[in-house]
Amino acid sequence: MGHLIELKDVYKIYQMGDETVHALDGISLTVDQGEFVAIVGQSGSGKSTAMNIIGCLDVPTAGTYHLGGVDVSTMDDDQQAEIRNKMLGFIFQQYNLIPKLNVLENVELPLLYAGVSGGERRERALRALERVGLAEKRKNLPSQLSGGQQQRVSIARALAGNPSVILADEPTGALDSRTGREVLGFLQKLNAEGDTVVLITHDNSIAVKAKRIVRLQDGRIIYDGDARDPRAVVQPELEEEHGEAREVLNL
Amino acid sequence: MKIGQSFRLAIKSLMTSKVRALLTMLGIIIGVGAVIVIVSLGNGMQQYMNNQFEQIGVNMIQVGIYSYGGNRQVTPDDFYTLADKYPQYIDSVSPYLSATTIVRQGAQEYERTKVYGVSETMYNNEKGQTATGDKLQEGRFLSYVDVEKNQKVCVIGSYLNEAMFAGQGLGQTLTVGGVPYTVIGVLSQKADSTEGSGDDLIYLPYGLVEQINAASGGMGMNSYLVTSTSKDTSSAAKGVIENMLFRIYGDSSSYLVMTSAEMMEMMDSMLGVLMTILVVIAAISLVVGGIGIMNIMLVSVTERTREIGIRKSLGAKGRDIRSQFIIEAGTTSAIGGVIGILFGILLANIFTAVAGALMSDAEGFAAIPNLSGILVSFGVSVGIGVLFGYLPANKAAKLNPIDALRYD
Repeated sequence: MGHLIELKDVYKIYQMGDETVHALDGISLTVDQGEFVAIVGQSGSGKSTAMNIIGCLDVPTAGTYHLGGVDVSTMDDDQQAEIRNKMLGFIFQQYNLIPKLNVLENVELPLLYAGVSGGERRERALRALERVGLAEKRKNLPSQLSGGQQQRVSIARALAGNPSVILADEPTGALDSRTGREVLGFLQKLNAEGDTVVLITHDNSIAVKAKRIVRLQDGRIIYDGDARDPRAVVQPELEEEHGEAREVLNL
Repeated sequence: MKIGQSFRLAIKSLMTSKVRALLTMLGIIIGVGAVIVIVSLGNGMQQYMNNQFEQIGVNMIQVGIYSYGGNRQVTPDDFYTLADKYPQYIDSVSPYLSATTIVRQGAQEYERTKVYGVSETMYNNEKGQTATGDKLQEGRFLSYVDVEKNQKVCVIGSYLNEAMFAGQGLGQTLTVGGVPYTVIGVLSQKADSTEGSGDDLIYLPYGLVEQINAASGGMGMNSYLVTSTSKDTSSAAKGVIENMLFRIYGDSSSYLVMTSAEMMEMMDSMLGVLMTILVVIAAISLVVGGIGIMNIMLVSVTERTREIGIRKSLGAKGRDIRSQFIIEAGTTSAIGGVIGILFGILLANIFTAVAGALMSDAEGFAAIPNLSGILVSFGVSVGIGVLFGYLPANKAAKLNPIDALRYD
């Protein structure tokens, strides 16, 4: 008890034609309140599956997942929806704002599904928008904002429900490097203010902005530790990446 | 929960694609519009018929005799006796024979003029009108002496007064079946004073019409017009008449006694059947409209797969998504229903105006949309939206959030 996220021997096995794919092959992972963890891996490493399971969008084939002390690995769809609503804030690569709704309405959405009443909803959404510095854009439609601004709106939306965990899936993937750094800065700021952030990325230079790195390969955790450790950013079998790693870490 | 928001969202998504929304609603608009127009026309017709009956007299009872052979025929005297015996039921009795003959004035022939043989009791002096609702404009009606002595006098309708005598018919002469008659009375205009209308008629003493019919070899229907003392006593009056006729003929198929109320009921039920058929046809259009809504909603669910995924990732449950799409479908069809209602009311008014302009006979006819028809068609259109929206909404509710989020 005490861990915010606790995965124990989690397997996710798909049947693709005749082939059995072990997307997650027995991972165990704990994340505590206030951590900033990056889950890194190349495509096919299982990081998206891990993110789906941590995000309560999917359930493991085997193993258990406790979120905030509650076993969420056996929940049905509606129960998961409630957990997502109460405990998780998502930030997606494609921002995933609803184009027909204005900024404020987008940010209000998780509160709407939580059943928060109109006035309070507006107030909390505005407070979240203020945290990302976009309160004055509340009447705009997402399409009237730049990519970086849209991503900040989606951060505000993730914050609005006051979640236990902020789950960011390649949050900078669709942004240029400057706005990407800006968004990462936001995540770091949120973490500094006490929020727990789980970042999923394939990009080492992004991952090192976290405090802790969990590296996945072929559905297994091959590194779990301090982000400043050179081994965190190295694929063991790829020697040439040592150089890149040093570059990234300025070692 | 969140119905307000879903409703607003539905309006918003309708507004973003107006043409599509309009096309989606078209079936509902046409269906509801058709129902409103049909119901309005039906109401108008019913009311018009009621007015007509009221004009003629709701107390009227028509008696037709079909039996010509036999030992004994019913005579006007039988009816007069009956009327004396049951003054509480029967107000007046008059023979009501129609003659098939030629009416002439000068060289002009009036082929469509109706000639009726009646007695003086046809005209009620107290009410100042005949049993069929005709009023005198000038002169007098047939008297007891005229009828008794078969005087060659007549009362003419306003059309004949205008057409034959340029409004100066009183005291003039016309011929019926080649026999000259003096005009002793002119009736006020009842219909529109055109040929063949309710103003194109002549009343003669019934004895003369019997002679005309006998001479022409035709039998002419032996019929009587009875008025009951009130609307409520008409069925009692009918009863005593039928009793008498049965005693005379011993066979209920030899005669037919029908009250105004029965005639009205018959017309009403005929109209009712016609209306039901038309409304059912219009309802088919509503169903087609519902299928149109279902079709567009299915497309909309596919188009908005990503939005559904986003909403689910933010904590929307299956039922939240389902109610959102059902409300959207319901809103679409409700708006279509409102447009259809307005469209129907507009059409009903146009019909009223056109009917008034084209047919002066239809004066007083108005296609009246009634509140219950409007409410029912609104309810039905919303119901259809919800019903046909359920399938697409359910499809949306069941989407897997991971797949939905990945959908482009």
